[in-house]
Amino acid sequence: MAKVVLEFEKPIFELEQKIEEIKTLSDNVDVSDEVKTLEKKVSQLRENIFSNLTRWQRVQLARHPERPYTLDYIQNMTTDFVELHGDRAFGDDKAIVGGFAKLGDQPVMIIGHQKGRDTKSNLYRNFGMPNPEGYRKALRLMKLAVKFNRPIITMLDTPGAYPGLEAEERGQAEAIARNLFEMSHFPVPIIVVIIGEGASGGALGIGVGDRILMLENTWYSVIAPESCSSILWKSWEFKEQAAEALRLTPPDLLEQKIVDLIIPEPQGGAHRNPQQAAMILKDALLDELKTLRKLKPEKLVERRIEKFCNMGAWNE
Amino acid sequence: MSWFRRSTENIASDNQKKDMPEGMWSKCSSCGEIIHKGALEQNLWVCPKCSHHFRISSNEYFSILFDEGTFKEFDAKMTSKDPLSFVDTKKYKDRIKETIKKTGFSDALRYGIGKMNKRDVVIACMDFSFIGGSMGSVVGEKIRRAVDKAIKMKTPVIIISASGGARMMEAAYSLMQLAKTSAKLAQLSDAGLPFVSLMTDPTTGGVTASFAMLGDFNIAEPNALIGFAGPRVIKQTIGKDLPEGFQRAEFLQEKGFVDLVVPRKDLKATISNLLQMVH
Repeated sequence: MAKVVLEFEKPIFELEQKIEEIKTLSDNVDVSDEVKTLEKKVSQLRENIFSNLTRWQRVQLARHPERPYTLDYIQNMTTDFVELHGDRAFGDDKAIVGGFAKLGDQPVMIIGHQKGRDTKSNLYRNFGMPNPEGYRKALRLMKLAVKFNRPIITMLDTPGAYPGLEAEERGQAEAIARNLFEMSHFPVPIIVVIIGEGASGGALGIGVGDRILMLENTWYSVIAPESCSSILWKSWEFKEQAAEALRLTPPDLLEQKIVDLIIPEPQGGAHRNPQQAAMILKDALLDELKTLRKLKPEKLVERRIEKFCNMGAWNE
Repeated sequence: MSWFRRSTENIASDNQKKDMPEGMWSKCSSCGEIIHKGALEQNLWVCPKCSHHFRISSNEYFSILFDEGTFKEFDAKMTSKDPLSFVDTKKYKDRIKETIKKTGFSDALRYGIGKMNKRDVVIACMDFSFIGGSMGSVVGEKIRRAVDKAIKMKTPVIIISASGGARMMEAAYSLMQLAKTSAKLAQLSDAGLPFVSLMTDPTTGGVTASFAMLGDFNIAEPNALIGFAGPRVIKQTIGKDLPEGFQRAEFLQEKGFVDLVVPRKDLKATISNLLQMVH
């Protein structure tokens, strides 16, 4: 598969290619010193570029076509996963996946948006844009978790809920609203992780929980920067400004007290090392679960509602 | 010699118009009928010819639903803080200031307590004229307090929606109001108290995807536009024209998402009747 390289990733890749070249061309010559120096340089370069990302660049990383998706994380950090299908009412939405799995030795319900990698799988997954039955499947699975007293982990990565005609007919708004309502008072721990794009109600529709974690190169807001640009600036050209104005990166949201924790990614982004990214996340999740498990169900619900009630800013 | 020499001044049609009080007449945007304001008010801002429901503000809804003189508003002065110092083509701060001045409202929702056919109820009502009735922190916080008040006083809650969705200028804060309002309604529900959602024209986006769709009773005014995505976005997505009546109140009733469509003149009686069954 051809590598996808973002504009600002280019210097890193060029240097990496050079290292590879030296390695292959130097059959019998010892180049280890030179390689070492260059590798150090590339590491510094990565560090440099990634610590100075603009908000728009962060959005691009969140959409990187090689980024790990929900099923990659499930595969890399859990065992015994059984995917469960369908909402028992209309159908099985491929843009949301879910099922029981073991995280460490702990059975959990894992649910997340699922994007595709190429045209065919993207069509199959509807580009990660759920229809109402996707949210209703998620709700059904969460109710299973509640019945058997298992914690719920949700993973957010969607460009939005699907704005289609049938989606409206089947009650897209109602499906999302119902999930917000129900998730706010489920008596089991819920951990939400933003692993890619957190676009508006379509993301939040599986995003109410006790702890909200955000991977380092992701975004979360009420609208995508392009759409915001088209509405407020009446042109698609102001996406960079819109991304700045929306303050949609992990550090922004931590400051706004909308997320609780930023999960670091491997150097260069999760797509450079999906296994390591999953391991880092797994450790964080196990940590969070340990703390949440100590809370009584009533306390859990009370704290969760309180948490969301504190979000916002107003003058009396 | 002219037979028709005018002995008095020309007919001054312009002057005559000016003598009339400003804005005595309204034109129905649906059928074009010219209606006297007084008659329109008496008809609860519904066109007597074609039954088109004019968009009205919280003032009118409060006067329609509450028994006269029983309404007490809370937190009337709460305003948005502009937590992100948001700037697009205009500063959000200035936008708020101008809108407050223009509309006389402090934000897009007001709430209070009063009597509806002698029953205590908490009513919250949105104002579409305030930045498209968009939901930001103030709308969310007022709904939270409205629900708290209702739980404390053991009264039902009625929320009247008129909104284009979440307010972009408060970004993620606005998005979180969807979760906040839905969570409070879950609390209200757990307390066994009824929630009536009244959807008026238009109710779209984040408001529909949160409290507006969560009524024990979902009621809509005739022909109100109700949906998640706006019609323009859907048309763009599917590349086809939308069917007649799509996303209108009657369509939502047909699809099973609205309990009933109620003309404005019957709202008070219908809601009171429902509440007496359950509360």
